[in-house]
Amino acid sequence: MALATALNAEHRALGARMTDFGGWDMPLHYGSQIEEHHRVRRDAGVFDVSHMLAVDVEGDNALAFLDRLLSNRTSKLTTPGKALYSCMLRDDGGILDDLIVYRLSATRFRLVVNAGTAEKDLRWIQSQPDLPTISPRRDLAMLAVQGPRSRQKTWQALPKTKTISETLPLFSAAQTGDWLIARTGYTGEEGFEIMLPIADAVPAWRTLLAGEVGPIGLAARDTLRLEAGMNLYGQDMDEQVSPMEAGLAWTVDLSTPRAFVGRAALESRAPRFKMIGLVLLDKGVLRAHQRVVTSMGEGEITSGTFGPTLSQSIALARLPLATQMGDVVDVDIRGRLLKARVVKYPFVRHGRVLVTSTC
Amino acid sequence: MNNPAHLKYATSHEWARIEDDGTVSVGITDHAQEQLGDVVFVEAPAVGKKITQGKECGVVESVKAAADIFAPLSGEVVAINDDLGGAPEKLNADPYGAWMFRVRPDNIAELERLMDAASYAKTVAEDGH
Repeated sequence: MALATALNAEHRALGARMTDFGGWDMPLHYGSQIEEHHRVRRDAGVFDVSHMLAVDVEGDNALAFLDRLLSNRTSKLTTPGKALYSCMLRDDGGILDDLIVYRLSATRFRLVVNAGTAEKDLRWIQSQPDLPTISPRRDLAMLAVQGPRSRQKTWQALPKTKTISETLPLFSAAQTGDWLIARTGYTGEEGFEIMLPIADAVPAWRTLLAGEVGPIGLAARDTLRLEAGMNLYGQDMDEQVSPMEAGLAWTVDLSTPRAFVGRAALESRAPRFKMIGLVLLDKGVLRAHQRVVTSMGEGEITSGTFGPTLSQSIALARLPLATQMGDVVDVDIRGRLLKARVVKYPFVRHGRVLVTSTC
Repeated sequence: MNNPAHLKYATSHEWARIEDDGTVSVGITDHAQEQLGDVVFVEAPAVGKKITQGKECGVVESVKAAADIFAPLSGEVVAINDDLGGAPEKLNADPYGAWMFRVRPDNIAELERLMDAASYAKTVAEDGH
């Protein structure tokens, strides 16, 4: 039996094609995933992301606890409202999950973790020493409103969000009552992620749709995040790879002597490969698990798709460390070797294409 | 679902239509395009290629997935629909208008092994989709 968010009946009433995602019954699309993708790049769309779990961490020792638990340094968040993207590692440096940590006050923090890993994450967190109070917030729903016109449309539809979020810097959050409005997202576009009590979810969703914010399913979420060069847990990284091998070295803070879980392993274990972007030069579509052949050795695509904004196929891939930007590699697509170019990602940011097949 | 009565249907969700010149047009069904979602790439067999009933002969890729196309009958490919190269989304918008390729059949009686619209509709319903 799949889990259902507070908006499940809303998705079904809109005629969504539903799918299982991390044990949750979620909307894949409401008709056309490409139209939904363009709507987010060009206007505004809303995603039900209530399947993700918010976990509150509270106590005098909460900051010290998180500084030890996470590979990015929570104590960089010097003021309430600041947020940080981080991995949570095993002792051997493998990635247990990627998450966002918000500082809500001096002693209160909120983690937002992936749906499919939530139970595993909780068990891991609860097994750590010097435990602050850990509260899974299953009483909250989560909406992501994303796109160049998302903020304006959110303020119109949900006026109580306006005052607190108008001057909100990127990667920051503000509270109004029991709502938390964060200027974060998973699309490469402007927007908010809103955590709110389950009882408020349906009215907020309906008000946003009435304000011409389009409903967007997980299918478009995947093409948007891949064009934006953002990793998907379980696909682009998992417990078998380290952040250094997943293009996430920038999230590992080694600037202080802080002892965090996995640090010793990261400092002693050399990366086996690196994460790069691919743009397909031939006709076809790159997909996860396709084999990549380079002059330096073989690699594998971890996520691949047709990018609707780029109008061509792109991928994230694990390739040999010696691979260089601009290299042309072969991808094995159903037994045929097709040409792809190695590029820097993100591929798209704020509606703008950053790579071309010729760069 | 509205599957035209004058077409023949394969269990692998291709349709076949006999044209006035005796060739047979092949496409994918409404059910197939709906399952695939937005189509972004179509690889039809090349003109001149010999294809065999029930064997793979092309690929349709949507954003979501790649699907093999199986030949609904044996014969030689005599034409491919060039419109689909630049506008593969036509397979979604008009699945029974947007043919993929045309075949000169080896044996037109092979079409009798395919289903009529009513049987196909029943098969799809039994799939539980």
